Amino acid sequence: MIPVDETEVADVVAGARAARRPIAIVGGGTRAGLGRPVEAQIRLETRGLTGITLYEPSELVISARAGTALSEIEAVLAAKRQCLAFEPMDHRPLYGTRGEPTIGAVAACNISGPRRIQAGAARDFLIGLRFVNGRGEIIKSGGRVMKNVTGLDLVRLQCGAHGTLGVLTEASFKVLPAPKSSATLALHGLSDDAGVAALSAALGSPFHVSGATHLPAGIGADEALTLLRLEGTEHSVRHRRDALIDLLAPNGGAEELPAERAAALWRAIRDALFVAEPRETAIWRLSVAPTSAPKIVAALADRIDIRHFYDWGGGLVWLAVAPGEDAQAGSIRAAIAGSGHATLVRAPQAIRAEADIFEPLSVPLMKLTAGIKTSFDPDRIINPGRMYTGI
Amino acid sequence: MSAIPFPKPDPKILARRGEIVAGLAALLPGECLVTSEDERRAFETDALTAYRRVPLAVVLPRSTQELASVMKFLHKEGVKVVARGAGTSLAGGAIPQEDAVVIGVGKMNRILDVDYPNRIIRVEAGVTNLAITDAVAADGFFYAPDPSSQLACTIAGNIGMNSGGAHCLKYGVTVNNVLGLKMVLVDGTIVEIGGEFLDSPGLDLLGLVVGSEGQLGIVTEATLRILRAAEDARPVLFGFPTSEQAGACVASIIAAGIIPVAIEFMDKPAIEICEAFSRAGYPLDVGALLIVEVEGSPAEIEEELARIVAIAKGHGVSTIRESKSAMETAAIWKGRKSAFGATGRVADYICMDGVIPTGELPNVLHRVSEIVAAHGLRVANVFHAGDGNLHPLVLYDINDPLEQAKAEAAGAEILKLCVEVGGCLTGEHGVGIEKRDLMPVQFSPADLAQQMRVRAVFDPAWLLNPAKVFPLEGRTPAQ
Repeated sequence: MIPVDETEVADVVAGARAARRPIAIVGGGTRAGLGRPVEAQIRLETRGLTGITLYEPSELVISARAGTALSEIEAVLAAKRQCLAFEPMDHRPLYGTRGEPTIGAVAACNISGPRRIQAGAARDFLIGLRFVNGRGEIIKSGGRVMKNVTGLDLVRLQCGAHGTLGVLTEASFKVLPAPKSSATLALHGLSDDAGVAALSAALGSPFHVSGATHLPAGIGADEALTLLRLEGTEHSVRHRRDALIDLLAPNGGAEELPAERAAALWRAIRDALFVAEPRETAIWRLSVAPTSAPKIVAALADRIDIRHFYDWGGGLVWLAVAPGEDAQAGSIRAAIAGSGHATLVRAPQAIRAEADIFEPLSVPLMKLTAGIKTSFDPDRIINPGRMYTGI
Repeated sequence: MSAIPFPKPDPKILARRGEIVAGLAALLPGECLVTSEDERRAFETDALTAYRRVPLAVVLPRSTQELASVMKFLHKEGVKVVARGAGTSLAGGAIPQEDAVVIGVGKMNRILDVDYPNRIIRVEAGVTNLAITDAVAADGFFYAPDPSSQLACTIAGNIGMNSGGAHCLKYGVTVNNVLGLKMVLVDGTIVEIGGEFLDSPGLDLLGLVVGSEGQLGIVTEATLRILRAAEDARPVLFGFPTSEQAGACVASIIAAGIIPVAIEFMDKPAIEICEAFSRAGYPLDVGALLIVEVEGSPAEIEEELARIVAIAKGHGVSTIRESKSAMETAAIWKGRKSAFGATGRVADYICMDGVIPTGELPNVLHRVSEIVAAHGLRVANVFHAGDGNLHPLVLYDINDPLEQAKAEAAGAEILKLCVEVGGCLTGEHGVGIEKRDLMPVQFSPADLAQQMRVRAVFDPAWLLNPAKVFPLEGRTPAQ
């Protein structure tokens, strides 16, 4: 089914509900591997819901229908020197998919990139949504203004719900001026512990670091690289670059990377290119307290074969492991031990259907989550099972 | 006669007051329980002082466990609960009702842990907003959201209302700065949401709870993001002949790709009130004033200021005054942050909190003055211009019921105007009782029903802060 407007989406959902036939939502198809496989008789494609509906550069807001290509939005913003500051990841390299990522998926899956550490996540910039719930009702939450605390925040609830609470039809994002210039500093040859300590020192400085990554030896280069990105006006970047070089002198001396190499590295970090190959490995994404990340990784490396790198100052760990029976879910979740969460981003279909893709929740939180699902989608017909069994 | 209706107290609960109080006394020491009428009266209202209801009892637990035991008991007894931080809500979010027990978090006010390498702080929910920054300021860090009431308001209340403040233009509001919560559900279950890491797993319950106005549970602990302060910061005063010019200047600054830390707006009545109170050195010969704060190294500040000055000149700026010292900076912000208190010395007021697209500023300011004048009242405007979050203060005499009705009518018209131009009813104060009955202006019945179904997942019997946010008629599930 390819509805061309919100009313048609509502009709499709209402019809599916009456027939008790589940719906799988399909956007650009580039991130179809994210989440548990959905078994559904109806494919609801959003590619008929396209177009930017509002763009006011002086008010820092853009709205678009859910099926609008992310590339179209980024091009329109770039023409006015603005951007989606949360730097959404492109999953195509990781999944080997083609097609165009959509803005709806960015909202539904809360897709962010390296700048999340400084600017915030997609969920921090998503200010309004329209969607069709599982009862076939058209609902709006939030709006187009920068601050809004009117009523319960269904926008954030939808952001990261992977389409399990409704079919998103239109999203409004806060946008920011695109950085005028950028500089990337690199420290060479640090251990994971020392690399993350350097990232913490830089992020705890007044110099507004907008990217903080540690690539262990063998990831991206033969020797380890610890990277820090500064963005802003040319003067400001130059000043902060010099100040940061002074600050990091005890960490081994930082040097600036050539702009082209730096840009390629940040794209590769954003899209987790370093772990994309070999294709058969399972890929995990761990969100933990930055300083605990190297310990968790070391504990894992003692038990299983891993390849890994750190983003978000150490707080985000990308991990590649052999798929095995459960993509090493047991070992990985045991290593985190509740002090963070792990998401299985890539794995063979059979494992995805069986393993916990998202971090299992405590009993009371699971009960609330199931209740929320029912409150939006009483017959559990929209993307059923995408996040958890039955949800 | 109050214009905003409260639900009728449940006579069965009122009749059982003695028994309920005895049950509470079995759970808590006397110092944590307020039962005498005189002392309960201290909790009868918040900063929306025109409305007052003396609660059944007030409980001030010392720990999450203690609070949970109270919630469990009250849930079993079917007693309503109103959560309270410092009682500074301008929307009436903490006003009790006669058949409800107030649970205050004021005794839970410890800083639990500061972690600079991970840039987080863990606090009990009753700690004040300013105490968080005070705990880390000596090491050069701060907690970003800074509501004007930050000296008094608690992080519990900030989380309840998703509070903002002047510096949110750059650093975001409460929801952007909270990483984890410990919360007690209506039946006494203790849950932890998020933690010392980014993006909590599963649905974004953190995002749902922040700003839920005490309807989903009571927050007892929070893990917050702290940030390293910039090298330096400097507020600059820009005076303009008219409000329209100041409003247009704001839009131009943002359009030029400059996001200062703060852009605050004051009109002539607000300037006069604040200057008389704080002696901050605001110019009195202007029609409107912008406080623009920029930060960074001295050279970065100079560079950004030069661009802003050029833009302001294009809009007919008549006075430019830079802060020259830390004392001057403090005075400039003290004047702005005491705007509500200073206004309270001159007259009673209701403070609106609507948000509009910034391009509508000149138009909306003009229409606000028309609306208020048509009701024969005065207005002072002082607000966060950079994000379009208005705070028209409608001045009236609280002892004159007719004037109160007029002020509320003018306020409602202003908020309807905000929605009409593409904005919303409230940007940072919350709905409370104040804007409850205007919710249908912004939301369709289906929108509201979906919100209430989510609410019911947490509190099916409407026991938590039940008189707030949603109109009393047409509730789901019905009460």
